[in-house]
Amino acid sequence: MNWTSFDTWIVITAALCAVACALPGCFLVLRKMSMMGDAISHAVLPGLAVAFLITGTRASSAMFIGAAIVGILTAVFTQWISKVGNVDRGAAMGIVFTTLFAIGLLLIVRAADHVDLDPGCVLYGAIELVPLDTVRLGEFEVPRAAAVLGVVLIANFGIVVALFKELRLSAFDPALADTLGFSSRFFHYLLMTMVAVTTVASFEAVGSIIVIAMLIVPAATALLLTRRLIPMIAIACGVAFLAAALGHVSALTVPRWFGFDTTTSSGMMAAMTGLLFGLAWLFSPSEGLVIRWLHQRRGSDGLRGGSPAQG
Amino acid sequence: MVCLFWLATGVAARAMELPSVAEVWEVVTLENYNTRLVVLSTALLGVASGLVGSFLLLRKRSLMGDALSHATLPGIGIAFAVGVSLGGSGKSLPLLLAGATVSGVIGVLVMLAIRNTTRLRDDVAMGLVLSVFFGIGVAILGMVQAMPQASAAGLESFIYGKTASMVKSDFFFIAGVAAASALIAVLLFKEFTLLCFDDDYAASQGWPSFGLDLLLLGLVTAVTVIGLQAVGLILVIAFLITPPTAARFWTERLPRMMGLSAVIGGLSGWLGASLSALLPRLPAGAVIVLVAASLFVFSMFFAPARGVLGRWLRHRRLRKKVHRQHLLRAAYELLEAHARGSGNGGRGTSIINEPFDRADLQAKRTWRPRELARIIRSEIAMGHIEEAGEGRLRLSEEGFGEAARITRNHRLWEVYLVKHADIAPSHVDRDADMVEHILEADLVRRLEDELRDRDAWIPSPHSIQ
Amino acid sequence: MSELLKSMSPAGDATGEDLSFHPDDVPLAIHDLTVAYHRKPVLWDIDLDIPEGKLVGIVGPNGAGKSTLIKACLDLVPKTSGEVGIYGKPYRDQRHLVGYVPQRESVDWDFPVSALDVVAMGTYRRLGWFRRVGKKEREAAMAALEQVGVGHLADRQISQLSGGQQQRVFLARALAQDAKIYFMDEPFAAVDAATEEAIVKLLRSLNEQGKTCLVVHHDLATVSRYFDWLVLLNMRVVAAGPTSELFTEENLEKTYGGQLNLLNDAAKALSHATR
Repeated sequence: MNWTSFDTWIVITAALCAVACALPGCFLVLRKMSMMGDAISHAVLPGLAVAFLITGTRASSAMFIGAAIVGILTAVFTQWISKVGNVDRGAAMGIVFTTLFAIGLLLIVRAADHVDLDPGCVLYGAIELVPLDTVRLGEFEVPRAAAVLGVVLIANFGIVVALFKELRLSAFDPALADTLGFSSRFFHYLLMTMVAVTTVASFEAVGSIIVIAMLIVPAATALLLTRRLIPMIAIACGVAFLAAALGHVSALTVPRWFGFDTTTSSGMMAAMTGLLFGLAWLFSPSEGLVIRWLHQRRGSDGLRGGSPAQG
Repeated sequence: MVCLFWLATGVAARAMELPSVAEVWEVVTLENYNTRLVVLSTALLGVASGLVGSFLLLRKRSLMGDALSHATLPGIGIAFAVGVSLGGSGKSLPLLLAGATVSGVIGVLVMLAIRNTTRLRDDVAMGLVLSVFFGIGVAILGMVQAMPQASAAGLESFIYGKTASMVKSDFFFIAGVAAASALIAVLLFKEFTLLCFDDDYAASQGWPSFGLDLLLLGLVTAVTVIGLQAVGLILVIAFLITPPTAARFWTERLPRMMGLSAVIGGLSGWLGASLSALLPRLPAGAVIVLVAASLFVFSMFFAPARGVLGRWLRHRRLRKKVHRQHLLRAAYELLEAHARGSGNGGRGTSIINEPFDRADLQAKRTWRPRELARIIRSEIAMGHIEEAGEGRLRLSEEGFGEAARITRNHRLWEVYLVKHADIAPSHVDRDADMVEHILEADLVRRLEDELRDRDAWIPSPHSIQ
Repeated sequence: MSELLKSMSPAGDATGEDLSFHPDDVPLAIHDLTVAYHRKPVLWDIDLDIPEGKLVGIVGPNGAGKSTLIKACLDLVPKTSGEVGIYGKPYRDQRHLVGYVPQRESVDWDFPVSALDVVAMGTYRRLGWFRRVGKKEREAAMAALEQVGVGHLADRQISQLSGGQQQRVFLARALAQDAKIYFMDEPFAAVDAATEEAIVKLLRSLNEQGKTCLVVHHDLATVSRYFDWLVLLNMRVVAAGPTSELFTEENLEKTYGGQLNLLNDAAKALSHATR
């Protein structure tokens, strides 16, 4: 393995993205809306396409705004269809995001006549090219994606810190939040906005597949290790960071074991979140499979005088 | 959304050349051999997923199809690598789909395992399997695409879908799997209904709940996998979700809903594949999804049974009726008060239909002036109320009878709710206006006695006439 | 203490260490049943024999494991240990003898089926795989609906029924099974008085036909009027036996422990019962 400053920048960028996702991800998971991350990250496609068709460039704030708007629209439409149409939430979400994604695909087909906008790069990005596109920050030459994601991370962190009490309450008991005067709908859409903006910031650099993984999996992993919110957020951020670093390293090394060259880092990072989750699933000290199996064996030994455990 | 659809197709159509009439005819009549295979197989796929998707929707697992379709990607990549290393091109459809099936099934099992052995909920299990498996798939594709022996370029079509040219054996394979899935869904209608409605009860009756669940997910896997090529793995769940959800708006009966769902699915597949064949470079998956979505939007608004418009109209009609009853009752009570105040008063005072002031009516309830004016206008149009000059109004003969009837029923209902509060709740969803039809004659008589005691009795309107 | 509990449970005397602990003529015999979710035990060492033809109320505080007891009998939750015999055989061989009424909230009432369709589900087991509901099954379902007094609602979609009517539909489904022993999970929860009356009437008529009914119940005020046999449950069987012998302040105190307000209810119920 030949580690260069390129690789360092790739890991830094991915880690910024991962932690930026893990923060709102914790609340998504607690609010039982994990699939909303998936839906929004697919559905921003038409927003990107429209903004792109209008401005004609890829690196524009118009694209940012367009995608964020469509992301929020996804949440609005889902809510609206499931309420007004009396449709199961999951189904409503599925209909909305497939429709938006389909519109986006068609628009891109149109756009592809003029410029290069590949739906593939929305899904799994081009993280390997991140260090090539830099901006100057004071004395440092920083990849543009890292700068953008850094800003998003700071914003997400700021929102979570500033509105921690309200976010926790509205995730735990929306009705109570409403009666106390914190509109749970406002926090719902705030969360959706955070997810949409983070998705858009990440899409070009790292691809939306990482976003979906980093939104859900670190938070789920943390939930297996603790039952308290602040440690949960901390663990989720740690897992996200670790997965990003491990993902890039294994993208460089693992394929060689099978006689291939390197592979896409973003895919590997998503896979690594899965690996870390698997470890927590098995070995969580409080509710891992192993500890539960041990408990059950001991428990039924005591109860039944040595007969084998059942169920 | 519908307009967006037309906008999008319009844009796409302008980008390409519009097809000539002859070309359209060729596609519509399925003259071209390849088009025929593609369109037929996609339509059949739509029918099958419409049927299977109905149960998935009722089991509240629509998004599980999404997780499942994403989970097929590693299998596709591995199957391709295996195919290439065995010396083929790696693009044999059955081999790729076999790989997709295996990893899809593994994904489903992991999902069920997470749900059954952790505190995490369904949505987390789905999102987790979806993103992790898709990530692994992307990583594997990243490796095999670099394989020197073969080009893996076509694999992308599994993600976005395309109406590929299709060889006959592929057609029979896809059509066969679709038909078999549809057949199983229909044959096991009773069993799947029970599973989706009440799985605990099903288990208590000795039905293998878990086995049926697996079979249902197996059918979903089959439909998803054969839909991968035509629709792509991101959009294939629309085929499973959108038709049954649209069909649900039209009926309260499951067999009808499934039939309709199959029709909507088939129609979307047929139209989508045809359009995509007509206009080159139009991704079939996207067109199919948009056709289905248009049908969904139409159903959601215009289906009479559960559609938004129908519900709104029913609600409006009810509100109008309530307003009318309020007005007539207020008028009647004005006359009643007048009769008591002016004359002998007490029991048995006969109520005379005389003109009354608009202002008195206004004071009777808390309605806004404009609202009251509108209700009065509509009652005048119905012939229940007449102008009596000088801003006064009068009940017509018909209106007087109607007002007496409404007031009487309302009072009976009030007494009933107070006196018989214990049994009343099973009737409260009913209309007070229907009091005589809901309650037994004997009970109505007793309620009337009650009213007489309170000096609020009104003779039954049948005796007025 | 546990000796005392043991001696109060009729199963304690009847079975002892005897291996043939579930005789054929006992509708429900539970031996040594323990159920644990994850690491928390929900039911401990349940020993119970229910005699035939009784209306049995299962009573206990929230979280006492009343529903779990029923579900364990029907193999819906895994047993950590112990056995359940229905007329002397395990449940899986005796399904045709058992009718089940789950809690009303356990299903989605927006489901696109009519009341008649739901009741017809009671005949599915007899029909077996693949066969459709025919005229015979529909007639049986209709008869069951008539029996609970909602025959006129057969064609209504189930969300258009009131809570009490929905509960009656569930009862009708169990009736359509034509069982010998019925398990009912909170059938009286949140129903109107008319439905409560109808359910009681139905229970009595089942009782007259010699059928056994186990009913999870939470309203102490009506216990002594509705049931002739009681199981007082709080993770263990506190007592089981005829209502007249069992429904004492002492037993209720043991069952409900320190739950003061509930004890208040119990006192009220007792004064009701002794009146």
